[in-house]
Amino acid sequence: MSSDDGSSKKVSRKPRYSRFTQQELPACKPILTPALVIGILMCLGIIFIPIGLLALSASENVVEVVDRYDDVCIPSTDQKVGFIKDPATNKTCIRSFTIPKKMRKPVYVYYQLDNFYQNHRRYVKSRSDRQLWNPKAESSTTPCDPEGQTSDGKPIVPCGLIAWSLFNDTYMLSKNDAALQINKKDIAWRSDRTHKFGSNIYPKNFQNGTLIGGAKLDESIPLSQQEDLMVWMRTSALPTFRKLYGKIETDLEANEKITVTIQNNYNTYSFNGRKKLVISTATWIGGKNDFIGKMYMAVGGTSIVLGVIFSLLYVFKPRPLGDPSYLSWNKSPTLD
Amino acid sequence: MMKGSQQQWPLLVPPPRTPGKEELPIDIDSSIPVSSMSKPYSDSQIEMSGDFVRNPSSHSIQSKSSSTHSIKGVSFREGHDLNPVSYGSRGASLGSNPVRYGSRGASSGGFTSSYKEINDEDARLVYVNDPGRTNQQRFKFAGNSIRTSKYSILTFLPRNLFEQFHRIAYIYFLVIAILNQLPQLAVFGREASILPLAMVLFVTAVKDAYEDYRRHRSDRIENNRLASVLVNGEYEDKKWKDICVGEVIKVSGNQTLPCDMVLLSTSDATGVAYVQTTNLDGESNLKTRYAKQETQMRTPVVGNIGGLLIKCEKPNRNIYGFQANMEIDGKRISLGPSNIILRGCELKNTDWVVGVAVYAGKETKAMLNNAGAPSKRSRLEKRMNKEIIILSIFLVALCTVVSICHGAWLRRHREELYLMQFYRKYDYSEPEVKKYEYYGWGMEIFFVFLMSVIVFQVMIPISLYISVELVRIGQAYFMIRDDRMFDKSTNSRFQCRALNINEDLGQIKYVFSDKTGTLTENKMEFQCASVGGVDYDNGKDISTEDWQTGYSVQEYQGESPDEQALAYAAASYGFMLVERSSGHIVIDIQGKRQRFNVLGLHEFDSDRKRMSVIVGCPDQTVKVFVKGADTTMFKVIDKSLNLNMVNATESHLHSYSSKGLRTLVIGMRELSTSEFEQWQSSYESASTALMGRAKLLRKVANNVENNLKLLGASGIEDKLQQGVPEAIESLRTAGIKVWVLTGDKQETAISIGYSSKLLTSKMTQIVINNNSKDSCRKNLDDALQLYKKLSNVSHSNDGGHGAGTNQLALIIDGTSLVYILETELEEKLFELASKCTAVLCCRVAPLQKAGIVALIKNRTDDMTLAIGDGANDVSMIQKADVGIGISGQEGRQAVMASDFSMGQFRFLVPLLLIHGHWNYQRISYMILYNFYRNVVLVFVLFWYVLFTGFTLTTAITDWSSVLYSVIYTSLPTIVVGILDKDLGRGTLLQYPQLYGAGQRGESYNGKLFWVTILDTMWQSVAAFFIPLAAYWDSTVGVSALGDLWILAVVILVNIHLAMDVIRWYTITHIAIWGSILATFICVMIIDALPFLPGYWAFFMIAKTKLFWVCLLGIVVAGMVPRFVVKVFVQHCKPNDIHIAREAEKFGNLRETNAETEMNPISDLPRSTATATT
Repeated sequence: MSSDDGSSKKVSRKPRYSRFTQQELPACKPILTPALVIGILMCLGIIFIPIGLLALSASENVVEVVDRYDDVCIPSTDQKVGFIKDPATNKTCIRSFTIPKKMRKPVYVYYQLDNFYQNHRRYVKSRSDRQLWNPKAESSTTPCDPEGQTSDGKPIVPCGLIAWSLFNDTYMLSKNDAALQINKKDIAWRSDRTHKFGSNIYPKNFQNGTLIGGAKLDESIPLSQQEDLMVWMRTSALPTFRKLYGKIETDLEANEKITVTIQNNYNTYSFNGRKKLVISTATWIGGKNDFIGKMYMAVGGTSIVLGVIFSLLYVFKPRPLGDPSYLSWNKSPTLD
Repeated sequence: MMKGSQQQWPLLVPPPRTPGKEELPIDIDSSIPVSSMSKPYSDSQIEMSGDFVRNPSSHSIQSKSSSTHSIKGVSFREGHDLNPVSYGSRGASLGSNPVRYGSRGASSGGFTSSYKEINDEDARLVYVNDPGRTNQQRFKFAGNSIRTSKYSILTFLPRNLFEQFHRIAYIYFLVIAILNQLPQLAVFGREASILPLAMVLFVTAVKDAYEDYRRHRSDRIENNRLASVLVNGEYEDKKWKDICVGEVIKVSGNQTLPCDMVLLSTSDATGVAYVQTTNLDGESNLKTRYAKQETQMRTPVVGNIGGLLIKCEKPNRNIYGFQANMEIDGKRISLGPSNIILRGCELKNTDWVVGVAVYAGKETKAMLNNAGAPSKRSRLEKRMNKEIIILSIFLVALCTVVSICHGAWLRRHREELYLMQFYRKYDYSEPEVKKYEYYGWGMEIFFVFLMSVIVFQVMIPISLYISVELVRIGQAYFMIRDDRMFDKSTNSRFQCRALNINEDLGQIKYVFSDKTGTLTENKMEFQCASVGGVDYDNGKDISTEDWQTGYSVQEYQGESPDEQALAYAAASYGFMLVERSSGHIVIDIQGKRQRFNVLGLHEFDSDRKRMSVIVGCPDQTVKVFVKGADTTMFKVIDKSLNLNMVNATESHLHSYSSKGLRTLVIGMRELSTSEFEQWQSSYESASTALMGRAKLLRKVANNVENNLKLLGASGIEDKLQQGVPEAIESLRTAGIKVWVLTGDKQETAISIGYSSKLLTSKMTQIVINNNSKDSCRKNLDDALQLYKKLSNVSHSNDGGHGAGTNQLALIIDGTSLVYILETELEEKLFELASKCTAVLCCRVAPLQKAGIVALIKNRTDDMTLAIGDGANDVSMIQKADVGIGISGQEGRQAVMASDFSMGQFRFLVPLLLIHGHWNYQRISYMILYNFYRNVVLVFVLFWYVLFTGFTLTTAITDWSSVLYSVIYTSLPTIVVGILDKDLGRGTLLQYPQLYGAGQRGESYNGKLFWVTILDTMWQSVAAFFIPLAAYWDSTVGVSALGDLWILAVVILVNIHLAMDVIRWYTITHIAIWGSILATFICVMIIDALPFLPGYWAFFMIAKTKLFWVCLLGIVVAGMVPRFVVKVFVQHCKPNDIHIAREAEKFGNLRETNAETEMNPISDLPRSTATATT
């Protein structure tokens, strides 16, 4: 046979050696040793429980007053929708409550809607972001149907169901009969004011249709200053949501009596939505919400319990790591 | 060796010639030292080695066939090989003849048809040196330009797209994308919805284009090579692509042949040329080809070349067959495979040849054999497809839930829909108030269903198919590059021919191995001989020095290893073959040169299982020498001459074969003048016959091969390949059953079984060797009884673990298998065989090999692997789940049919235990992970849908949900799928038992799937509801929360992967942490586009601490259950891999030692290989 002879003449096709091709690259091989496992679990506990406590206390420090008014600010008739739709009726409604604890400034005033699907597919899509920024794109209202154009074919600015349904209840707060200033400046994101809503775009043909969805806009104010609209256009993630109405730049003392004069304009009666007024302070976890704190406590606590369980397990039922006698073929009764 | 149905190998007939004229196309070019080993040899024995020389083109067929390996020569038809009819017919004939193989029927049928082909209507007429006339016929002959590329620039796009959309996965993408284009269903933005499809198409198209570009380039290089073509009496350079059939071409030494040519003349006076066919069939030895004497004499005068007409068969794939005849001066001479040289071969040791092109371009045998790799589907993939169906059911269920809930919601709010600010059923903008995008209750539900399919589309992990493909390419790269699987002796790398079944290598339960050439080297060494009834078991006396001198005198290229062994042995005893031309042999007998005329030669065929040569001796006598397998030889030996000697020889044969030697029996008869003349006339008429040549020749041979005088027998050792016993031992420890299927005799097989450690002395042997169905049945029953008894005994002895002490070995022969396979006895055989530690099937035909594989495959789910090197293994290689071809001494047929090919049997160990194990672990983890990864996202989307009035709003932007499986999470799983290793090489080799993990399917099974789905549910709940609860009653916007969700999911799935990574390479770090980083960057980019509703949302929410606290909480809460379960299982119910990994880490196993131990197996110099040069 000349095969060997031949191959020595030929270039050897032997693969060139490299640690990569031979799959021998250096690697770190972490193994879950008992110490590591217990360490990880304990660490988690140690990190999570303090964070949980902090979150709980933060939530605890939040002072929040929630007042549902949709049910009381309307005559208890069957004609709720008729009442609210009628522009002629007086919709003023006065509510009052006391501050339970001192609220440090800034105190935020929110309105809260329940059962309002701002994330409904038909709703979220009904907007034209181009139109809000670009004056030339005024007529790009295709996604806005059925609120894209007026019945005589003129583009609506801002178009779409979202803008159309702008919330239009108003609140006047007074403390001890003195008016409490609600600052409605800078309630929207700065990015919206500077880059999303154009300063040269003015509302046009807005809310002129047969069916009024909500607030009207002052056509002399550019969109970049219509902060309520910007807030409203940041559609909420969930059917229950709050939106910032304004800020109170003074501290509210405990037991102070707050009176709110509400213009109950917004129609949530047609779909059994609830409206609430919320006055709240804020901390790093947002509003009053114990969940994060509780969850962190639970996770941290569980980790520590598990850490203890594993420690006990390792102590009372130890298994030497990498003991070949635990290999299945060695485990077979070789007792004889 | 043949693939096509035209089975012509037994027809490798020398061209007609008259006795005494020196033109017999016999292969032995060089003079070979020939000797007999001892004094008792008479002159007549001296020619033995000459006798055994066969026609060159038969080389690969007969390399194994000289003795008991006649079965190697059996050819079969592809696609026909499992035809039960052939078994049946064989069964009938077997009553009289214990070893006859059914496939003969099929192949002899092929002969006649191949003869018919040369009938005028089917023949291709080639007018030599007259390409114009040649190509003016009915048949359009292909030009010589070749095209292996698939596309041109123009056809690329349509054709490639067409091919890509053959895949069901792509159709799914397409349908989803189209659905999304309907305005009512447009869930995603138009661009985003097309992205995944476009991405996949693009990646695949780039890959295809690159491959095709390479093919184009090689085609162009190939087509533009130059050849010297005879034009108007002068040789001119012409590009290969311009060569046409009928042209006369001159090829110089060491050049590659441009097309298939019939040799007209060569630089050698006798018309001999040597070609190397490595490119064609992988055989590295030189083949001898002949120009016909008639043309050889004419061609030197250039002008004299025309006027020849070659009539040849139509193009076919058979590289070992060629049928033609040539009309020269009104005389008709037949042409055989030894007269044709094929495209792709290289001319060696010859200054020049002149030939006429008969097949060109795509009609050449090389191109016709350029078939694609077989396509198989791995078991894991089948299982994966099943699980994907479950996922589709999930998908449909989710969509149904959503659409039904939506319907209920609509119904509950049906009175409110008109005025709801967020619904607005009526459009008042037109003068006439009409319904706005409301199509009625039923349609709305239907639309919601379709929309939810679009939103939840990633539930079906389409990207998984692409990732798995990429990972397999990576794995193949590592397997090919593994220098432990590089065979130095044949200079061959491991080859992956099938890319789809890498992971099957990790689940093999049965290995079916051929013996000769697979377990053994197929390099023969003469060991002992019995001459005249006396045993000369003195092979060991021949010292290596003698051998070396023998080689240095002459370089001999034999056809079969057996032959070489005999010739070398003879040389070392002082009988040198000095010269071997086509018509005579000169032998140097202890210093005295003698000349023998070769008058005729009867090729080997597997019916006769012997071959013969008729020789005119210097003393003017004419003798016929026959050598062959003992079974057939003793039938033609005249036992009355010397009964004692016959008996003695028979007993010697028995002892040789039980030593594992291949035996040959040699007989001789002197022909009287009348006998000789009678033979001569019939031989000549037979060999010039056009119809049924093979049959006629066989008849002639049978007539002369009888009443022989027994001369003796030889024993040749076929050495075990290096490392075979160790490999078998390893495989067996790994729980793989190794079955050896061989055409050898029982004794030889058993003895090889012992030397390869397949059989051990501890085993109880069950031998089934019967001639009737009833006795087979009885034997099987007895064996099963025996097994029960043994297992009972061992049960009572050591309580159920008797397997170690009472191993059974089943030895069964082909004859018995005839009665068992495809009858009701199969069941019993299976029952018995599955209980045996070792199974050895001897004297089996190729079809039976496949039958045995089918026996296991049809009855169990166990994965089977077949490994072999010869054409007779092709059927079993194709039948088994994984087929491996040994690219060794024999042709490439086995390799062509195989899924993987390699140089040595022992490479099975690294292949299965290391690469197979890794591949399996990697792919199975990858599949599970990909399921998990996609389902997590789907459920996060689903949970959100429940809070949107079931209207399929996605908080996560459409771009993010599309990029999720493309950018955010795709790379780490591919990197981990390619690189991660659960255990090191050394550990896997040290504990072959670790292979069991794959056999038991521990890394991917139904339980794991459901556990994964449970884990997925928990993680999706954590990822979704933690932010939900944390931001309940807050001012958070949909985009901001969507960003939080997608980031949470991406971090979660990447940490999940990180938790399961076993080996951290730098690149793993880059991939995993890089993906998380990339996701952040992508989310930032998306949120920095002012025209999207979510403008700046990420930056606003990321400013708050709550966001980061949420992320941390999600990741930890999501991972803790998995972590705890993982730790708990590892501690309390560790599997072998866990233990081994710990041991590897903490040094209980010395990996480095094990690693160095491996080296000897792969790197030892091959002593035998050097000896033969």
